[in-house]
Amino acid sequence: MTCYEVVVIGGGPAGLAAAISAYENGCRSILLIERDKKLGGILNQCIHNGFGLHTFKEELTGPEYADRYSRRFYETGADLMLQTTVLDISEDKVIRAINEKDGLVTVKAKAIVLSMGCRERSRGALNIPGTRPAGVYSAGTAQKLVNIDGKMPGKKVVILGSGDIGLIMARRMTLEGAKVLAVVELMPYSGGLKRNIVQCLEDFDIPLYLSHTVTKVEGENRVEAVTVSEVDENRKPIQGTEIRYECDTLLLSCGLIPENELTQGLGASMNKVTNGPVVDSDLETSIPGVFACGNVLHVHDLVDFVSEEASDAGRNAAMYAAAEPRYKVKTKIPVKFSKEIRYTVPSSVVLAGISEDIKLRFRVGNIYRYKKVTALAGDRVLAKKIRKVMTPGEMEEIVLPIGKLKDIKGALEITITVEDND
Amino acid sequence: MQNKIYDTLIIGAGIVGCSVARYLSKYKGGIAVLERKEDVCCGTSKANSGIVHAGFDAKHGTLMALYNVRGSRMYPKLSEELDFKYENNGSIVLCLSEEDRPKLVSLYENGVRNGVFGLRIVERDELLTLEPHISDEAVCALYAPAGGIVCPFDATFAMAENAAHNGAEFFFDTKVTDIVREDELWKVVTTRGSYLTRTVVNAAGCYSDVFHNMVSSSKIKITPRRGEYFLLDRTAGGYVSHTIFRLPGKMGKGVLVTPTVHGNILVGPTAEDIDDKDDVSTTADGLDKIRLQSALSIKDLPLNKTITSFSGLRSHEAGHEFIIGEPEDAEGFFDCAGIESPGLSAAPAIGEDIATMIADKLNLEEKEDFDPYRTGILDPLTLDEDRLNELIKVRPDYGKIICRCESVTEGQIRDAIRRIPGARSIDGVKRRVRAGMGRCQGGFCSPSVMEIIADELNCDISDVTKKGQGSEIILGENKVL
Repeated sequence: MTCYEVVVIGGGPAGLAAAISAYENGCRSILLIERDKKLGGILNQCIHNGFGLHTFKEELTGPEYADRYSRRFYETGADLMLQTTVLDISEDKVIRAINEKDGLVTVKAKAIVLSMGCRERSRGALNIPGTRPAGVYSAGTAQKLVNIDGKMPGKKVVILGSGDIGLIMARRMTLEGAKVLAVVELMPYSGGLKRNIVQCLEDFDIPLYLSHTVTKVEGENRVEAVTVSEVDENRKPIQGTEIRYECDTLLLSCGLIPENELTQGLGASMNKVTNGPVVDSDLETSIPGVFACGNVLHVHDLVDFVSEEASDAGRNAAMYAAAEPRYKVKTKIPVKFSKEIRYTVPSSVVLAGISEDIKLRFRVGNIYRYKKVTALAGDRVLAKKIRKVMTPGEMEEIVLPIGKLKDIKGALEITITVEDND
Repeated sequence: MQNKIYDTLIIGAGIVGCSVARYLSKYKGGIAVLERKEDVCCGTSKANSGIVHAGFDAKHGTLMALYNVRGSRMYPKLSEELDFKYENNGSIVLCLSEEDRPKLVSLYENGVRNGVFGLRIVERDELLTLEPHISDEAVCALYAPAGGIVCPFDATFAMAENAAHNGAEFFFDTKVTDIVREDELWKVVTTRGSYLTRTVVNAAGCYSDVFHNMVSSSKIKITPRRGEYFLLDRTAGGYVSHTIFRLPGKMGKGVLVTPTVHGNILVGPTAEDIDDKDDVSTTADGLDKIRLQSALSIKDLPLNKTITSFSGLRSHEAGHEFIIGEPEDAEGFFDCAGIESPGLSAAPAIGEDIATMIADKLNLEEKEDFDPYRTGILDPLTLDEDRLNELIKVRPDYGKIICRCESVTEGQIRDAIRRIPGARSIDGVKRRVRAGMGRCQGGFCSPSVMEIIADELNCDISDVTKKGQGSEIILGENKVL
């Protein structure tokens, strides 16, 4: 059986950054496994621009962003298996994978980075009533058909959900000659980035209906119409508010779900809110030596943050594999948070041997304006920041400076609070 | 008009039509199955509970009871001959109050009269050892170890393939519009020409009244009774291991909770009589009903793990009885009408009987070379490592995973299309090898499946459909500048 120091599973933006970072931190025995025929993951179908503003200080398209990382990856000379699907991972880090060329392959790793990404919530999971014709697609499937295959999956379109892929596809399908009749969002706020609402909907006069949902799909073979209804505060449709749109396509952009089948098979503890594994500030899961980053850990809005997080995971995996633990016993200080916050990643902080600031990423559960976010260890304020507006669609972060962290040894928990800023 | 005169034309390629075709293909004679849709298993057979009922429920003395018990006993052997998944998981009927106990006892007695093996009433303590998540209200239950589960698609495909292998022809996208007597023969008029035949089998599900009423003056009425379901992800699998019913009511057996042979959990169906014989839409009310009803049987059922909801139609006959055989005034026309639950359980026995009736009528001889066996589509991941690697050397496409949720390889998808009768649509592939059946519901794999279908059928990707003509996925090209 072939052995590697670090095996990275998934060659999208997270996996690429993790593998590169493992190399840059001294690891010379790296394998990256990717199921597609090309590195870059979902970025390859994201041909719009807006990627890389934080990382490269310029606006790149998805394929360009992926290309920069792919090139750097190839320069490292790390091993790569393309068109290879991982079937399972055992607790002693033996990975079984399969491809056309080699058949069933098993490799052993000292450390593993999980970076398998996420999938879209399907119509089935949403339980939209009505018929089941052709013409109901997830926004990402439509994106693949339009951007990779050059084929239009529809001409008159209603989009349910205001996630970023849905917003991007509203613009994309319009540019390709389709008529996007409406974007319908169940929640009273959009799930996407503000900039996408402006650039993809407002600029094209596409109406966005907040607090609305699709209550019926019609058409036996192909979608013929959908009915949209307003919902009350409990998200239940209000009778009498129905609007019927004649259309041939319903695109769904109703949230992304981290793809953690392998992680769960491995027995790692899962976070019920993120649907990703529970990790500490080393991005290490409950299984020692198994790290996670990118959308498999929690769904991100911007690829730049995925790359940044994945670099940390790759570095920590390299250090783990090199058997250079910074501590004998790993003491984790749990991160608690007030009710406005839905989750934090990481969910605990490891202080022993830290060498830099720790960034906590989190999402809020509603729209909040003029709030003060504070990180505390007991009475000691570790960090605070003022936010003019926080929305569920945009990931937040707060940085715990290393200087402050070094002083809180023995702290039982770290708390993140959200309060009015008067 | 085709010149050939068939011995038997079967209308409908559902489980009953395919079962008749399979058993009839034991005899010498020309058989064809006419199906209005693009594939086998597109009507009632595609959307039901997948239960092989033990046979305690159908009223003693009815054809339903007779065929149910006989059919369910045929399944274990049939599943081996035809290589489809069947599991003898046992059924449980819950009694939620002491008041209802006499009803449970009479159900037990009815089952014993029907000849169901192994029935007994279990008290709450034992019930809990059988099913730990059972409702707190359950006081006792009828336990039927003979109950089973089956993949209804797989069973239908298996019958169809075995029938085709033994000489039966299949014509798809062929809708029967009229049936007329021509001398000693029947002329079956379809949207794709007319066929002459000595006998006709009416296995048309919800439309079986339409065809019966074309040839007979004693009219029947089939009401589509819609049932809605939730299918839960395999991560919810194991929450129950038996098929769990509640005491049956006027509209059927009520909402059941059952494992499937693929390790999912299925919850449903509702029961609602409707007018439209094709209306398999789901409704918000129906889905709410399932939520409420299932909670009465099982505690904390993880309905948040729903991966899809769907609905199917039972072909409910007014007298709630199967109509099997020749009407008095239509010789050579064989009804299999009103086949609602337990139709799936009964189908092998119905097929066997109709085949015998037709063989007797036409004096058909048995074939010497009838082959009762069919091999299912190979799942390479069930092989051991060495055999798998040998296979991939010869057929590399068995090493390429297309559907990540269900781990389906390209080889399996190609195999599904190459079968006779083979998949012609995305849904046809899905029902044969489960690509797109998992938690992402084809979000990732459907574009790849489309490419493979186009390649195998030698057509353009724009011609690939979800479920036959009119359900094309692609409606045009991107703008050309």
